[in-house]
Amino acid sequence: MPFIPHTPQDIADMLQVIGVRSVSELFEEIPAELHAGPLTGVPAALSEIEISRLMSDRAAIDGRPLNFIGAGAYEHHIPAPVWAIATRGEFYSAYTPYQAEASQGTLQLIYEYQSMLSELTGMEVSNASLYDGASALAEACLMAVRANRTSQSRRILVPRTVNPVYLHVARSIVGNQGVTLETIDYDRASGRTLTESLQPFTGQDVTALVVQQPNFLGVLEEVDELTDWAHAQKTLLIGVVNPLSLAVLKPPGLWGGLASGNQGADIVCGEGQPLGVPLASGGPYFGFMTTRMQYVRQMPGRIVGRTLDAEGRPGFTLTLQAREQHIRRGKATSNICTNQGLTVTAATIYMALMGAAGLERVATVCMQRSAQLVKSLTAIRGVKSTFTGPRFHEAVISFDRPAATVLDELAVRGILGGLDLSQHYPELKSALLVCATETKNDADIARYAQALAAILSAPSAKAGAA
Amino acid sequence: MSDIPNDLRYTRTHEWLRSLPNGQVEIGITHHAQGALGDLVFVDVPQTGRTVSAGEACAVVESVKAASDIYSPVDGVIVAGNEAVAGAPELVNTDPYTAGWLMRIDTKGTGAAGMLSAAEYEKMLADETH
Repeated sequence: MPFIPHTPQDIADMLQVIGVRSVSELFEEIPAELHAGPLTGVPAALSEIEISRLMSDRAAIDGRPLNFIGAGAYEHHIPAPVWAIATRGEFYSAYTPYQAEASQGTLQLIYEYQSMLSELTGMEVSNASLYDGASALAEACLMAVRANRTSQSRRILVPRTVNPVYLHVARSIVGNQGVTLETIDYDRASGRTLTESLQPFTGQDVTALVVQQPNFLGVLEEVDELTDWAHAQKTLLIGVVNPLSLAVLKPPGLWGGLASGNQGADIVCGEGQPLGVPLASGGPYFGFMTTRMQYVRQMPGRIVGRTLDAEGRPGFTLTLQAREQHIRRGKATSNICTNQGLTVTAATIYMALMGAAGLERVATVCMQRSAQLVKSLTAIRGVKSTFTGPRFHEAVISFDRPAATVLDELAVRGILGGLDLSQHYPELKSALLVCATETKNDADIARYAQALAAILSAPSAKAGAA
Repeated sequence: MSDIPNDLRYTRTHEWLRSLPNGQVEIGITHHAQGALGDLVFVDVPQTGRTVSAGEACAVVESVKAASDIYSPVDGVIVAGNEAVAGAPELVNTDPYTAGWLMRIDTKGTGAAGMLSAAEYEKMLADETH
């Protein structure tokens, strides 16, 4: 059975009609040096049997290691109904339908998603999702430049405690649009961003300040003080949050307001993966974004609204489309038409299944497991908890030798021991970012601790040479 | 037939301009423009104190089917935005030349050179439709 509908004869006929000799001739206006040749590592066409064998063999190389890495993507239990429902034919698409209003079920699901994200973050309005957490931060920066009418500087302060990969992506996206991202160092003792470190910028024209909660080092930032600092000088506050943590932490919509009465972040974004989306080689995940109603027209992405039809019946519709690119062209505040519809579907079902109490229970167990992990690891001679600040479900531990060698030895024992921070923080040479979620039990944590103790009891190569 | 008051000046991009006694100018969009846009749902009133150049986009009007930039016809400083239309965009549809004004600009005495008279604007509209 032919899965590709046009035969070589069809293609030849079509080329003849338009007067072109070959398919490659259609691409001739693209300079030759930009044409991609054959992809390295990709073999010639294989049969279905061969390709499934190849993929299973490659997947087996990963094994089934015990994972203690978080750093922005988290291993959580996903109840079986989540993907059983998400993969039903009615939902199984990554796209907002083209004739959107004909798909009332899909629009209602997105509307429910927006309602849940608004409630979790404590904000007034949510879009229908973005690509991922990193690009969501880039979009938030661009949105802040549009929304902050009192600022002309297009300067945005980004603490080093914001996920360094997000910063890298955001720089790539906004750097060519005249927006500068300036980093703020963190306090070496607590692992958090001190309000004092912002003092050099007090009184200056700063468009926005980014605050990640919990921060990349696992530490809880003093979000109220940082928010108030921003608002006191008409700087917008962009919160980057782990949505699951909001089941137990103060929602960004309630940050600050202690001095000014101007309570809450202005834009909130982040990675939605912890809500029912499995770890899968970096994606597909989804980004989310919520904001205050006063900035809704500056928000990127699609927004589903609830309305009444001509006969007074409730229904759902895409709304605020006038700011989107098919109407606003080059001046669109939204150039995003595709969202991560399928992973958002899973997240919506996950949140609906768990409910507020379920999410709170998961978040609480994550905190307990993480605390238990840190306690077990720091009980080992030579292992220290690096930072004193309070935590959610990740922590930095350090020891007397380079993290990379320890990770290699843990991997041999089937354990993914954490993220080597030295690649992003040169000053943290022997530090690991570790995470334990509700998926880790007592035995798992004990296994990690025993393996680490065994590895560290051997003298380090460096110490041995000295 | 479009309503085109004789005492105003006009731009090719469908803004009107009224010279006020205090030397400032008032800017809005024409009856023709509001009709072409349809029911307005949002007006982004410009920020007071902003310096604008002639031809610079400084406000946005949004209807259910389109969003359009409003261009300043003059150089100057924006001294007022019409907060009433920010709260009730339909004023631009129902009363585009009075209650539906969008902004006032202090032109520092440079005035409104090069703009169309009512007759010229009317002729331009007639030419556009033919």
